[in-house]
Amino acid sequence: MLECKDATKKYMGKVAVDRMNLTVEKGRIYALLGPNGSGKTTLMKMVAGLVKPTEGVVTYNKIPIGIESKRKVAYMSTEPFYYNYMNIADVGKYYADFFEDFSTEKYAQLIERMNLRTQDKVKSLSSGMAAKLKIAATLSRKAELILLDEPLNGIDIIAREQIITTIVESANDENALVVSSHLVDELEKIIDYAVFMKEGNLVMQGDAEEMRAERGMSIVELYKRIYA
Amino acid sequence: MEFDTNVPIYFQVIQEIKKEIINGSRKLGDKLPSSRELAVLYKINPNTANRIYREMELSGLCFTKRGLGTYITEDETMLKQIRVELADKLMDDFVQGMRLLGLSREEIMKDLEKKL
Repeated sequence: MLECKDATKKYMGKVAVDRMNLTVEKGRIYALLGPNGSGKTTLMKMVAGLVKPTEGVVTYNKIPIGIESKRKVAYMSTEPFYYNYMNIADVGKYYADFFEDFSTEKYAQLIERMNLRTQDKVKSLSSGMAAKLKIAATLSRKAELILLDEPLNGIDIIAREQIITTIVESANDENALVVSSHLVDELEKIIDYAVFMKEGNLVMQGDAEEMRAERGMSIVELYKRIYA
Repeated sequence: MEFDTNVPIYFQVIQEIKKEIINGSRKLGDKLPSSRELAVLYKINPNTANRIYREMELSGLCFTKRGLGTYITEDETMLKQIRVELADKLMDDFVQGMRLLGLSREEIMKDLEKKL
């Protein structure tokens, strides 16, 4: 569904993503791995259509990223994106207005499952609760491609488990999830495919189970090997 | 469940299900969760969950009833087979661990006798 061909993004002469080649197919969960500053977020933003590649192309179902793809791609950024005056119920309405594939029903379910309360103000939420809210809002869309940028960052272990469960539940044969993280061990058992990035470059990619079998080490160990 | 990162995940979940069959928390002929439910239950990749049932079916541990789901085998000889297999693995680990400590056959036997 998604294809990056030599996708490159430069900011004022600094290369954030360098000739990235990647194909994403439906029915799979991808991990986008690498330390801070390796280009994961920039790559996701290119796919989400928020930044334009300086060189190369990114296509969704053979068509360059644009209005058409934006309807089918859900992107959860690391930055908070709600207005402070909103409560959790308002966030749902806001999303429902924006995205035609948003399910108010699913949102209500996820909010309850994540132990959030609809009347709570967004600005009063702890960082863990805010992270769960972002996940709930993003995964309430019935998008074909779901991009989650650092969904586990700065979150306690209980909330992490809830988020992991929600991610697994949201995966099906008709969609694909790309999850970026530097917390590899949390993702190890839920991914089909791992993509390792370093300083804007793709260093390795492959089927997670195959990599484990061929190299006799886990994705966590591989990560340490690549970045240590 | 905690996973050992050096062993394939599908394999570990199968071992876990085997243990559940032996300790009786899952019974012969019981319906197993759907592969989606299995993925959520163990927090594993949905395709891994599919693979688990494929492998279990191949080894005769479970079977599929069309349109109804996956069931644990009703074959009682399977129970014996699983028990032997799991015991064998525990024994291997035990003997290997004791050997690593440099204990002789006699010492291992004596220790074992004391524990039993």
